[in-house]
Amino acid sequence: MTLDAIIKLLNAKFLVGPRDSIIDIKFAKASDLMSDVLAFSEPCSVADTILVTGLTNKQVVRTCEIAGVCAIVFVRGKNPPADTIKLAQNSKIPILVTKLKMFEACGTLYSNGIKGASSKKGK
Amino acid sequence: MQSKILLQQNFEIKGGDFINAGESSIKIRNILKDIGIDSDIIRRVAIVAYEAEMNVVMYARHGKMHLYVYSNKILLKIEDRGQGIKDIDLAMQPGYSTATEEMREMGFGAGMGLPNIKKNSDVFNINSTIREGTKLEIKINLNNKNG
Repeated sequence: MTLDAIIKLLNAKFLVGPRDSIIDIKFAKASDLMSDVLAFSEPCSVADTILVTGLTNKQVVRTCEIAGVCAIVFVRGKNPPADTIKLAQNSKIPILVTKLKMFEACGTLYSNGIKGASSKKGK
Repeated sequence: MQSKILLQQNFEIKGGDFINAGESSIKIRNILKDIGIDSDIIRRVAIVAYEAEMNVVMYARHGKMHLYVYSNKILLKIEDRGQGIKDIDLAMQPGYSTATEEMREMGFGAGMGLPNIKKNSDVFNINSTIREGTKLEIKINLNNKNG
């Protein structure tokens, strides 16, 4: 699924736009705990995973870089501080923001074919 | 058998510096990318480095991280000056944490750091002295991804 399709589904907007229009999202993980995002990070060679979170500090972007997550959705209409946006621009990690709550955003993505990142295991 | 060091880099980590926390780990990730290391190995090294770096930022006054790349393995050594760990067995238990509210607000301090470092290592050693500091030594094999 493209980021543009996710924008439509979640009624979201880009805060940091994608540099690469061919990002194809297949998996998602959702957490406000960056330690858990790292601890349950699956082997990945392809950029196909998005993080859904309500946490908006710089460490979210760094965690995505480290864990190989290729885009971020901020839920509950949370706008990140300027230094988070700047780091995401430098790191080329797109940021989307939606007014949906975490549960609603995840449910919408799941019911439209995005799977949990843990289902990557054993591929 | 000790093989030849192909690359060595040292990084300084400042305790309490939540703004720049993680920068050294990103540098390590980029160095490994540049020299063409396998992406899954990079992910494991980066996670180990990042968790260890966050631990120094959260719990120590100052720390150093050393990266050594050999032809058959990657070695990370992290040593800090700080409060040390009172009970290492307890600290290794997933979910055990002594984190403050500030750390938790950053999305860390969930008690997954050390267990996650161990999980991603092929060899993991930890030594700690109360009121002096903690030393970690992590080895990740290059020719055996899942070690």
